[in-house]
Amino acid sequence: MKNLLLFLVVTFVFPAHALDGEILIHDPSTIVQHAGRYFTYGTGNGLPILISDDGWTWKRAGSLMSATPAGKAGPEVLARGGNNTWAPDVIHIGDKYFVYYSAPATQPRSAIGLLVGRTLDPQSPEYKWEDAGPVVWSDGIEDSNAIDPGVLLGPDGRLWLTYGSYFGYIRLVELDPKSGQRRYPKQAPLNVAINSEASIPIYHDGWYYLLVTHGSCCQGANSTYNIRMGRSRRVTGPYLDNMGVDMIEGGGKLFAASRGRHVGPGHFGLLDLGQGVQKFSLHYEADLDRGGVSVLDIRPLLWRDGWPVAGDNLLAGTYSIESARTGTVLELAVQGFPVGGFRPRRPPGTGGPPPEPQAGPPVADQDAAQVAGNWPATSDVRLAPAILQAQQRWVIAPVANAGGYPGAPFFRITIAGTERSLTATVHGELTATPFAGKDEQLWRIDQLTDGTYRIGPKSASAFADALALSAVGSSMPTLSKFDPASDRQRWLLGTP
Amino acid sequence: MSIARKSIGLTIFSVCLAGSWCAAQTDDAKPRPAASTLASPKGERQSVDARGFIHRWLVLEPVPVPPRLTEVAVQEALQLAALPNVVGAHPADGAVVTVNATEYRWHALETSNYNLNLYHFAWALSKPTSNVLFWVETAVDSPREMQNVRLAIGSNAASRWWLNGEPVIALNDDRQSVIDDGVSRRLTLRKGRNVIRAAIVNGGGATDFCARFLDAMDWPIQGLIVILEPPPDPRE
Repeated sequence: MKNLLLFLVVTFVFPAHALDGEILIHDPSTIVQHAGRYFTYGTGNGLPILISDDGWTWKRAGSLMSATPAGKAGPEVLARGGNNTWAPDVIHIGDKYFVYYSAPATQPRSAIGLLVGRTLDPQSPEYKWEDAGPVVWSDGIEDSNAIDPGVLLGPDGRLWLTYGSYFGYIRLVELDPKSGQRRYPKQAPLNVAINSEASIPIYHDGWYYLLVTHGSCCQGANSTYNIRMGRSRRVTGPYLDNMGVDMIEGGGKLFAASRGRHVGPGHFGLLDLGQGVQKFSLHYEADLDRGGVSVLDIRPLLWRDGWPVAGDNLLAGTYSIESARTGTVLELAVQGFPVGGFRPRRPPGTGGPPPEPQAGPPVADQDAAQVAGNWPATSDVRLAPAILQAQQRWVIAPVANAGGYPGAPFFRITIAGTERSLTATVHGELTATPFAGKDEQLWRIDQLTDGTYRIGPKSASAFADALALSAVGSSMPTLSKFDPASDRQRWLLGTP
Repeated sequence: MSIARKSIGLTIFSVCLAGSWCAAQTDDAKPRPAASTLASPKGERQSVDARGFIHRWLVLEPVPVPPRLTEVAVQEALQLAALPNVVGAHPADGAVVTVNATEYRWHALETSNYNLNLYHFAWALSKPTSNVLFWVETAVDSPREMQNVRLAIGSNAASRWWLNGEPVIALNDDRQSVIDDGVSRRLTLRKGRNVIRAAIVNGGGATDFCARFLDAMDWPIQGLIVILEPPPDPRE
């Protein structure tokens, strides 16, 4: 019983954390991958750097400006704006990284400067950032506050920058992908939205989307930050929301708002991991589980009816694991027992027709302790029609100090009330064994853009390709290379 | 299967065990028409079809077993209906084996469908179709060794499958025959002859099965040749 209680405690004490490690940040840039690591930059003295080996555990790693020739914004940037360094965005084009950053003076006078580098790795001998001067600015009088840059490399290879913050307009200019500077500097910027900041355009399936942040920042748990959006067939707009209201008139369909223990989501950034997995970065103005400070998070990005949808990272709980291909659910390969016991159609020994059904008291959920007496310690895993039995009830819980992947820690997947945990074999098959924290018992669970999940082991040593749980048959799960075009490896996690 | 169906099956099985009533129920004096989807194979070899399904099988006449389909019940049925344990023996069309003091005949069949309808097979022979176990066997000739393949089957109802003598698939409970329902772990097909044997246990109503091999990418394997003739007996 002691072990069971310990298991339950371990399973359910985990809150819905926003990442792990040193994740204090405000106005994070788009997260970029470089040499197998993840990088983001934020508001603060010299533009602080956060780096992660796996996308889950982050470390503070100095500041960007410390690798510039003068250790601060360049002279022309300072002349157009001021000495603050806020809200950068970063993009990788060819062999260069462009970092656009806000350099405000007394707002709305501000400039957006450009840094150019060839590596993000502070340990690399080639690591340095060159000042490439200001790109856009606001003079303190015009209807613009030139902060909060957001960049997009479109499907046609054209590079775009949006910027602005409340005072006046969100503006759009085209950039030269070779230099990172404005392509047509004599053209007036195009106004595309108002009443917002932290804008960034993205492209998906024939549409351009403009993500912005509405509400107030920088007031901790009293901040009203929320992320909104509009879309257009052209990058130049007009960006209309779901009700047809132009963002330049204040429109904006809600994308993410405060929820649970996280107050004030803002500063959207797209993190496309490929193979149908998209995520987005953001900060919360206040993480109530961390004393109400501003922190980084990464969440699943879904698409529904032509609009992006903010997904939620998986919470610890008891789930059924249903194949989107077959509709059958994952279970231990043991003999099941009906929930509530066998119910004969007529009392034993009686003849004639069965009696009229009579409603009875609620039937309790089936507990493994009721039926697991004859289960082997190690058993196969299979798929079967869902009938709510104990061998189909899986506790999915994060495992502490085991690492993770962008947005989430590794999970264990264990039959509720037992230690029988889903385990990958060296041959790429599945079994259930007592949990021991081994890599083959740790699982990465990514929500795909359609809302289903991809489930793969941290380690399956015999295979070079990343493996994912696959319904190769209606009754047979296995592990195989993920195919984003197939339903075989798409799973639904629901209440059993 | 409904509980009522299982109950009826239990009653019939009890009577069958008690005496000859079962035979009297199923042996019509008038011969029944042959199943429209089943025929005697023509020629020695046949390729699997474009979707990889095996169409030629040797099927033993149904052996009565208890009307339950749980893991334990299927194991008991396999013991009750066990074939004579003759090392190296393979069935042949028309061969007769004795199971539980009763003789049963092997039939070479070719199905025109992707599946083989065991109900039609047994009904046409005026044999029982409920609470029975069907032994089936075939062999596929592989042009080369193939690794990381899977046997993929559907069966109504419970079934057990062996490849070259090794158990590879076990399905319990009442179930319909669904393509790629039961799938083996990754296997190796030998170059040359590979023997597939299965036992399909039916409670009541329709009963059938289908089988094919999948490759490492889970696509059906074509190019396998089905051969029903048993290999030369090395003891001879």
